[in-house]
Amino acid sequence: MAVISISNVVKKYKDFVALNGVNLEIKQGECLGLLGPNGAGKTTLIRMITGSSPLTEGEVSVGGMDIKTSERQIKALIGIVPQLDNLDPDLNVIGNLLTFSRYFNIPHKEAKKRSTEVLQLVGLENRPKSNLGELSGGMKRRLMIARGLINRPRILILDEPTVGLDPQAKHLVWHKLRELRNSGVTLVLCTQVMEEAAELADRVAIMDKGSIICLAPPAELVVQNVGRTVWEIEPEDGHREPIIKALEQRRVEFDEGPGKITTYHVNDADAFKGLAIATGKLKQRPATLEDVFLKLTGRALIE
Amino acid sequence: MKWPSWRFIRVWQRNRDVFLKLWPSEVTGFVVEPLVLLLAMGFGLGAYVGMVNGQEYIEFVAPGIIASYAMFSASFECTYGSYLRMSYQRTFDAIIATPVNVEDVITGEIFWGATRSMLTGTVILIVATAFGLAESSWALLIPLLAFLQGLMFSSIALTFTAIIPSIHSFNHYFSLFISPMFFFSGVFFPLDSFPDIVQRLSWIAPLTSAVKLIRACFNGEFHPDIWLALGLIALITLVFFVASLVLMRRKLIV
Repeated sequence: MAVISISNVVKKYKDFVALNGVNLEIKQGECLGLLGPNGAGKTTLIRMITGSSPLTEGEVSVGGMDIKTSERQIKALIGIVPQLDNLDPDLNVIGNLLTFSRYFNIPHKEAKKRSTEVLQLVGLENRPKSNLGELSGGMKRRLMIARGLINRPRILILDEPTVGLDPQAKHLVWHKLRELRNSGVTLVLCTQVMEEAAELADRVAIMDKGSIICLAPPAELVVQNVGRTVWEIEPEDGHREPIIKALEQRRVEFDEGPGKITTYHVNDADAFKGLAIATGKLKQRPATLEDVFLKLTGRALIE
Repeated sequence: MKWPSWRFIRVWQRNRDVFLKLWPSEVTGFVVEPLVLLLAMGFGLGAYVGMVNGQEYIEFVAPGIIASYAMFSASFECTYGSYLRMSYQRTFDAIIATPVNVEDVITGEIFWGATRSMLTGTVILIVATAFGLAESSWALLIPLLAFLQGLMFSSIALTFTAIIPSIHSFNHYFSLFISPMFFFSGVFFPLDSFPDIVQRLSWIAPLTSAVKLIRACFNGEFHPDIWLALGLIALITLVFFVASLVLMRRKLIV
């Protein structure tokens, strides 16, 4: 059953179109990964789900309620972990959670109980009285997750939850998110870290230029779009053009990236027989979600 | 436009909690400074000025200082204070993702600014009373009046906060709006001797009405124009309250 349903959503600003007819159904209890380059419309889309951005056209409903008429009720169901730190620096760790509880109208006693619970969940139970300045980046991120859970949300929306974290903290956050998902919370995970999406998401939607260009489980996306393995060719000076011509003739699917040519759906090295590739300049590796991402959204830098 | 709900109280509570934690660093600006001004002007300048409108100068200037520092309190809170919370700390963004809406946040900020006005006004009033300056029991109404004028100055300040491009623009707000009012709203001297145009301008300046009301209650002398002053404060508050709600939604919900 869809807990969030987005249909034909258009968002126009004065001089550009941020969302261009987006349709998306997010199922109860799944983790949906939302990928896309900068400016693809991910953040606009999640702002719409929480009523922080009005729709130009289309409909968004959450838990069966329309965002246009039931903004407050919908916001009560959702927890948010934003990309930028917006913890309250004037309050300490526990103060942040208690104050946030009040915004959800949670009685003080219950708020204290829940604050202890969520701090335990993210491994900050020893720091309730710490000021925010004393916390590391990873601890702040975990506190934001704790804050996002204070209203026991049915849906948790995370925008780049592990940006800037060291690997230890990152894996801890992933572990916590997996636990949440297993306990039945629907997760919407906006990320640029493909590994994160592959690791956590049941389904991945890739957005580009205001549209969703594909939607499937991550492993399927990889196999369908680039095959199981990719080959990378590093052509020497002057050999680039002939190699590209030959690949075109042989109908090999490939992309030109900075310095490298990446081929898709090639199973063995026979495909490159007779090409002027220096030894050690042809490498094979397992295909990843990142290959899919780059293939579908283009290798050019997006400003 | 959308109207605020009772949830604005949650934002007021947030600001109160932070104030209770940080108040020692704010005391100098809103307690020490006005008291130094009151004593210096009242006793120092007062010795040269003698009587104004048939009363001691310090009795004349005390209610003016209450009204102007109540104005400063609300104005600083809802310009620099609100702007920091909105743009640097992103506190507003965090709050409006909860069942608390933009209108509740802005109303909470305005009521908190008014609370600061009331606190400041009350502290100065208590000291002035200790010096035997307040003559009327109507002075008990002054905290309430300081709160009302605080609602007005907070609403004006937040309207400005909603439209400025950067924090530096507050310089203009204070240099061109707040400071001139401080000198031309009858705080330190009656405006009778000024040209007609200055008197007219002063008449519509929001601080003038606040000074009139607070002075009336301080001295227990009521002129019929206090009703006009009260009406003017109500009108200005309503206009800017609505403007701040509309403009802030336009700024934050995009």
